Amino acid sequence: MLFRRMTGWPTRDWTSPFEELDRMRRQMDLLTGGLSRGFLSEPAAGVFPLMNVTEGKDNYYVRAELPGFEAEDMDISVTGDTLSISGERKLPVEDEKARYHRREREAGRFSRIISLPAQMDTGKVEAHCTDGVLTVILPKAEAAKPKQIAVKTS
Amino acid sequence: MAEIESKALQAKEKAEVTTPAEQTRPGLVFTPAVDIFETDKEITLLADMPGVKARDLNIDLREDVLTLASDVKSPEGADEVDVIREYRTGKYYRQFTLSQVIDQSKIDAELRDGVLRLRLPKVEAATPRKIAVKS
Repeated sequence: MLFRRMTGWPTRDWTSPFEELDRMRRQMDLLTGGLSRGFLSEPAAGVFPLMNVTEGKDNYYVRAELPGFEAEDMDISVTGDTLSISGERKLPVEDEKARYHRREREAGRFSRIISLPAQMDTGKVEAHCTDGVLTVILPKAEAAKPKQIAVKTS
Repeated sequence: MAEIESKALQAKEKAEVTTPAEQTRPGLVFTPAVDIFETDKEITLLADMPGVKARDLNIDLREDVLTLASDVKSPEGADEVDVIREYRTGKYYRQFTLSQVIDQSKIDAELRDGVLRLRLPKVEAATPRKIAVKS
């Protein structure tokens, strides 16, 4: 109390001298964000669906887990170096008299745009959805493929 | 049923689970999201298991414990390099204790588009009957 009156610093109960340091440490953790969670953890879940982008020699592969989606409820489009996916999941209506024990699956819309490091050949993009995993194969544009340069010795 | 309006789906990180016994092969294990509901005749379980093929899925029912276990192969090819990785793939595992008596010979399982629909018909004696009270 005396401390508060003297400095005007907002403190709660001054029960232990380390409490203030602890609070400051927690606020610093919030500011620095990812550092406190470890180097190997992925970015926090942001937008549905979570996607993995991998790069092969000639293609980019974008995968998302979309179980239970029908192909016609999904809308995929590609422009330049961005891929945009949107759609809606509908859960099939079950029996009227069903009594639910658990309900963990969700239905709803999603929409996500992701940009890729290089230009893509938009004419040759393929997408297929098997077993609830959507895979989009995006061939790299010719200009973006790495070219081997031969070193001439003269 | 009331109209369900479409709301935006929220991204959820896959829930990792520690199984009671250790796995023989190292790897991540996740819990699939399930819906369970029952009618008078049967219990139905719907589980989201993307990336699982029918031959990799093991469903086991013994002593009133239902176990769903499956292996998921990593979908990436050998020469692919990660650019962005937001989710990981791993096995699925979940166990449930059933309070009802199930007719084991009539269990039906269907796996389509990554969704497992498991129908467990109840034993006939357990279907409720109305008993008229004579006065």
